[in-house]
Amino acid sequence: MLLRHMFTTASFLGLFAVIGTALVALTFVNTEQRIADNELHALLRSLHDLVPPRLHDNDITEDTLTIRDPDLLGTGKPVTVYQARKYGHPVAVILAPTAPDGYNGDIKLLVAIDQYGLLMGVRVVNHRETPGLGDSIDSEHSDWIESFNGYSYDNPGSLGWRVEKDGGIFDQFTGATISPRAVVKAVHKALEYFEAHKDTLLAPPQSRAKNPETHTDEG
Amino acid sequence: MKADYSKITRDGLWNNNPALVQILGLCPLLAVTNSVINGLGLGVATLLTLALSNLSVSLIRNVIRPEIRIPVFVLIIAAIVTAIELAMNAYFYDLYKVLGIFIPLIVTNCSIIARAEAFAAKNPPFPALVDGLMMGLGFTLVLVVLGAMRELLGHGTLLANAQLMFGEAARDLGVTVIENYQGLLLAILPPGAFIGLGLLIAIKNVIDNRRALRASRVAAPHGEALPVT
Repeated sequence: MLLRHMFTTASFLGLFAVIGTALVALTFVNTEQRIADNELHALLRSLHDLVPPRLHDNDITEDTLTIRDPDLLGTGKPVTVYQARKYGHPVAVILAPTAPDGYNGDIKLLVAIDQYGLLMGVRVVNHRETPGLGDSIDSEHSDWIESFNGYSYDNPGSLGWRVEKDGGIFDQFTGATISPRAVVKAVHKALEYFEAHKDTLLAPPQSRAKNPETHTDEG
Repeated sequence: MKADYSKITRDGLWNNNPALVQILGLCPLLAVTNSVINGLGLGVATLLTLALSNLSVSLIRNVIRPEIRIPVFVLIIAAIVTAIELAMNAYFYDLYKVLGIFIPLIVTNCSIIARAEAFAAKNPPFPALVDGLMMGLGFTLVLVVLGAMRELLGHGTLLANAQLMFGEAARDLGVTVIENYQGLLLAILPPGAFIGLGLLIAIKNVIDNRRALRASRVAAPHGEALPVT
């Protein structure tokens, strides 16, 4: 009798687990495509913010390669490089490095560099900096991030690639030095990576396809 | 037994408000209320969860065995929240990115299981649904008012980023109330949420006391009937 009671109770619980899982599975199947589209769309929007659509004619979200350089890119994980081309010629690359030394952990960036090594733009994709202080690095809150445009690895040189407080040319903001310092450092290192691997980063897609392993783990 | 809908409504919105009286669900409440839109987004998600979980719990209240009641409630609530999270990711992607971690945390909002256990498990489906809606509405109102207070003091704006919730057409809904405002950081940081919620609870208590005082005066005109001691 007791055993029977236990059995029915357990089956009941099992039944509800199945119903709950079915509900979640059904919702997942119905929203999966839309969520993937949203993510791709959001990525494309931030990439086009840096490299306007008129400058390239390739599918910038597909034409990518994966690089790894814990020292210059701020993360031990593989980093995606998006390539913009027009008529097959490289126009710009967008790197996705991380500034590991933000006030509240990692600041994820997108850094667009044109084929001559000049910065086309920088965006903060993800950060946890203090609202109202450090979050001015985000283009939603201030246009500070635009101050990088047009600079390159050699201009203003490694002494200039610092916030003003450290003797460089980039502003910090009132009450927050750590967040801008972290971003300036990460952008400079991304430019250093670009200078060192220019040939691989700007290579046409065919030559990379022939030799897919050569570009991945160097540096 | 006839359900007293006006009492359910008054309880949810005022007398037994989840945020101001039961003080439940503080973790998401304090964390996301730094703007009106964030508060509204989490409020609506919580309201939907409360209404759906109350309805489902009430529908199965007579078949469920008491010893497995709590695990079944938890299963139902977790499934509903996960479904809402996926739907939000699909249809309100930008708002989902802002509210992020706090949507799954609705599962841990005690007010949901509290309503399932205290009301839905003992009442027919329709009153349970109304109770869920009213409790959710009461919670949402507090989130929105607290969000408005903190956004106004912290940024000098109201309804900024309305496009996250209502689409591009609503971008202009946001108003800058104070021009060239420097911002009050305290209001945006977590302490601002605690102070703000404390103020709201205090205001509610003052209003309740005034009403009680007035009611006792009406009952005893000129105070003559009141005992002196």
